[in-house]
Amino acid sequence: MNAMDPTNPMNEVRDRSDHQGPGEADVHDLSERLRQPDTADVAALVDAALRRADAEGLVDVGWVVEDTPIGPLTLAATSAGVVRIGFGHEEPMLDELASEVSPRVVHLPGRLDEVRRELEEYFAGRRRSFDVPVDRRLSRGYRRTVLEALSREVPYGQTVSYKELAERTGNPKASRAVGSAMATNPIPIVVPCHRVLRSGGALGGYGGGLDTKVWLLRHEGALLG
Amino acid sequence: MAVTLPPFQSLLDAHARDLHRFLVAAAGSHDGDDLFQETVISALRSYPGLRHADNLRGWLFTIAHRKIIDQARARVRQAVPAADPPEVSHLDVDVLVDAELWDAMRRLPPKQRSAVVQRYVLDRPYAEIAAVIGSSEDAARQNVRAGLQRLRQEVAP
Repeated sequence: MNAMDPTNPMNEVRDRSDHQGPGEADVHDLSERLRQPDTADVAALVDAALRRADAEGLVDVGWVVEDTPIGPLTLAATSAGVVRIGFGHEEPMLDELASEVSPRVVHLPGRLDEVRRELEEYFAGRRRSFDVPVDRRLSRGYRRTVLEALSREVPYGQTVSYKELAERTGNPKASRAVGSAMATNPIPIVVPCHRVLRSGGALGGYGGGLDTKVWLLRHEGALLG
Repeated sequence: MAVTLPPFQSLLDAHARDLHRFLVAAAGSHDGDDLFQETVISALRSYPGLRHADNLRGWLFTIAHRKIIDQARARVRQAVPAADPPEVSHLDVDVLVDAELWDAMRRLPPKQRSAVVQRYVLDRPYAEIAAVIGSSEDAARQNVRAGLQRLRQEVAP
């Protein structure tokens, strides 16, 4: 039987003209009563659910946005450590993490507590190297070798040229490859690619912009004026 | 073919509020909060195994609908042997002021509850309701109609 048929005796609740749903005057009243606003703090419930999910090992990537003197940074970590730092509010960064690490990417500030504290100390001038574990899975091959050498061998306040860094990895002709390793560094600041300059002292490039590179080098006392 | 799933967070950003509304309307504010968390956790658990990203909203609400059914079954099992019947409905008056209506809602069979809430609380079209409760569009319409009719009988106008 056709539900729209007004002669249908089963059809006590007739369809509304603007909708396909049942409706008469009292149904309208009822549907108004059903339309109460949800005043709950859903964000707090989501946070609580995600903390529980994290305890069950279900969060592959947790992230947070942190305000710093060089602007907002998006920080992301796996259970192994900091996996990615992006300049600004980086939605593209989260998409990239979803496709390259896992789609289980969620806002999980607690996961980033340690790196946030160390960054805060670094920006306040109270920290010269980072102790937080890093997860280097987004760098492979020679690029990864170069970034590891950088973390190990170029301390706070010092700089090195692309060519020198290539030499330190035992590969003196690889300065172009070193340049691309720096340009694709997934974990800037913590892995200090801002300390790598052109031979002769020209700044070279920086993913966060040259102003940021200059700011960081001045902050570390590696660049005067 | 590999499917590209968006970051799970984007699903939460887009749908968490409606998901919570759905569960609180269908299960009460106390149980609704619990079911909401369980839905988020279950969804996160199975998310990487999804083979397509066509209707992620529908997928989320289907999980939520199953939580409502599971809870209704658990309540039936629970209610029989208990000497002191457990408090069936825990209403937070700040969230749901119309206790009579929401109590009546909780007495509906879970499919009708989901259908009525999807239709009248969330304003969803029947095709979507059908997907959520796993039925035909006609059956979805029937569930909305039957649920609403029963609510009208139980609730003072």
